[in-house]
Amino acid sequence: MWDYLKLVIFALITVLAAIAASYARDVAYQVHAILVVLIAAGLFVYTLRGIGSEKVVETGYMDGPIRVGAALTAFWGVVGFLVGTFIAFQLAFPELNFAWAEGYLNFGRLRPLHTSAVIFAFGGTALITSSFYVVQRTSGARLWGGNLAWFVFWGYQIMILLAATGYLLGATHGKEYAEPEWYIDLWLTIVWVAYLLVFLGTLMKRKEPHIYVANWFFLSFIVTVAMLHVVNNLAVPVSIFGSKSVQLFAGVQDAMTQWWYGHNAVGFFLTAGFLGMMYYFVPKQAERPVFSYKLSIIHFWALIFLYIWAGPHHLHYTALPDWASTLGMVFSIVLWMPSWGGMINGLMTLSGAWDKLRTDPVIRMMVVSIGFYGMSTFEGPMMSIRAVNSLSHYTDWTIGHVHSGALGWNGMITFGMLYFLVPKLWNRAGLYSLKLVSWHFWLATIGIVLYAASMWVTGIMEGLMWREVDAQGFLVNSFADTVAAKFPMYVVRGLGGVLFLGGALIMCYNLWMTVKRAPAAEAAGDAAAAPAE
Amino acid sequence: MMDTYSIMRAFADSWFLIAMFAFFIGAALFAFRPGSNKVHKDIANIPFRHEDKPAGDRD
Repeated sequence: MWDYLKLVIFALITVLAAIAASYARDVAYQVHAILVVLIAAGLFVYTLRGIGSEKVVETGYMDGPIRVGAALTAFWGVVGFLVGTFIAFQLAFPELNFAWAEGYLNFGRLRPLHTSAVIFAFGGTALITSSFYVVQRTSGARLWGGNLAWFVFWGYQIMILLAATGYLLGATHGKEYAEPEWYIDLWLTIVWVAYLLVFLGTLMKRKEPHIYVANWFFLSFIVTVAMLHVVNNLAVPVSIFGSKSVQLFAGVQDAMTQWWYGHNAVGFFLTAGFLGMMYYFVPKQAERPVFSYKLSIIHFWALIFLYIWAGPHHLHYTALPDWASTLGMVFSIVLWMPSWGGMINGLMTLSGAWDKLRTDPVIRMMVVSIGFYGMSTFEGPMMSIRAVNSLSHYTDWTIGHVHSGALGWNGMITFGMLYFLVPKLWNRAGLYSLKLVSWHFWLATIGIVLYAASMWVTGIMEGLMWREVDAQGFLVNSFADTVAAKFPMYVVRGLGGVLFLGGALIMCYNLWMTVKRAPAAEAAGDAAAAPAE
Repeated sequence: MMDTYSIMRAFADSWFLIAMFAFFIGAALFAFRPGSNKVHKDIANIPFRHEDKPAGDRD
């Protein structure tokens, strides 16, 4: 019965999307409508061919979406890093904004593609993948909702596909990190509610009496992102057959909503969610429980109560009232403490097992990632102080800060997660090559150091050049002077990107060979009796 | 007669602030309640159980 209903739904979507494609008012909308036609028609045929086949009752953990997710995380990582490296060189060598691709592949179009590819495609897929893995293992229960998990997984990938093609064709809200247009926002809302249901359903039927701390972080990430997404994307479409929409808020209210969203995207997407990963994968890789479970509880509640107020520090010296930006600044500084509490908790999990740093490059990667978490959560509060911000704002220092967090913390912990997961998911005794992991580790680390250091230099330099005045009180430098002075640092930054991308490619090869070539793990019974060292 | 903004703002600045602060302090103190060490030790070891299959699957 459900299969027939599905056929009707897919057929309806196909027809409606075809009608929308013919009435489309702009290219992005038309391309998206055609994509929806293709996907829905494909699903119609797929469902039709499966009708009448025996339904098997599934047991064990649901690892299908997690396997695909691990592969796609690596894929999106490479895509995101590649676009990022390319636009880094576009800034250094403007000739790379090719005249023939103007309006499609110039910096302005590619930049949101890069940020969304790394945050939402790479990071988001990593989060969905790892949360599905962790919630099952720590609940001792199979994912709730059967194929709903597949819907969440592919639904999210469709969102990425529509968003990415939309950016290149010029469909954008113009809100940083919230660029997708109204119909993509609506689709993501549906997918996200399903995600919440799968996650909560699995927690409800858990066999452990307690909910492990990693799941608290994942849950706060899912709930908060839902709230942020809905409020920041309140908009009225100009036409139901067009991609353009108009924001509900205006002026400083819109700016405040945007940075309430933007900073909490950092706080809950890139921090809380990834802390969920840290609290599971670091203890697993170190083979010892987290340093202090009490500290992890305090870490959680302090982070939840503080992060949500930090957004106004993006709007110092604007039309935003002073009290609001002071509030944001104070909360950002207070936030330093729980962040370092969490960092200490992650690092000290290795106490008594520090020797593993010498022999296990995967744990080395995780430790460096926690180190970068600590560094960027110190740098961030410092930059939120109004006096520091007057120098750092609008300069490349901000970009350097973001990348030490994103490449160092999010990137490295995700690589560690993939190196842990892939042998487990494909039932392999271990990774294909630890030596290649070491290569990846050093390429990525040196890449980040080049990136962050060059951005510090260029950021502080341009900040100082912008404020330099002569004896008569006239500005000394024009904007173009600062751009010219930044050239060497831009090249160094691009090279850092090349190293980081190279490391990720090595990881892809290593993971591929792990699945293809590495020896299979011993039988499950033996493994349970005597864990392999 | 106060407008909605002022009413909500006054409430947010007073009672709700106290409520959130009390909840936070309460949650932190609750973590240190007597007997919590044993519970936390048990929870912290959850990742090392049920690695390969759900609880109850093998019987």
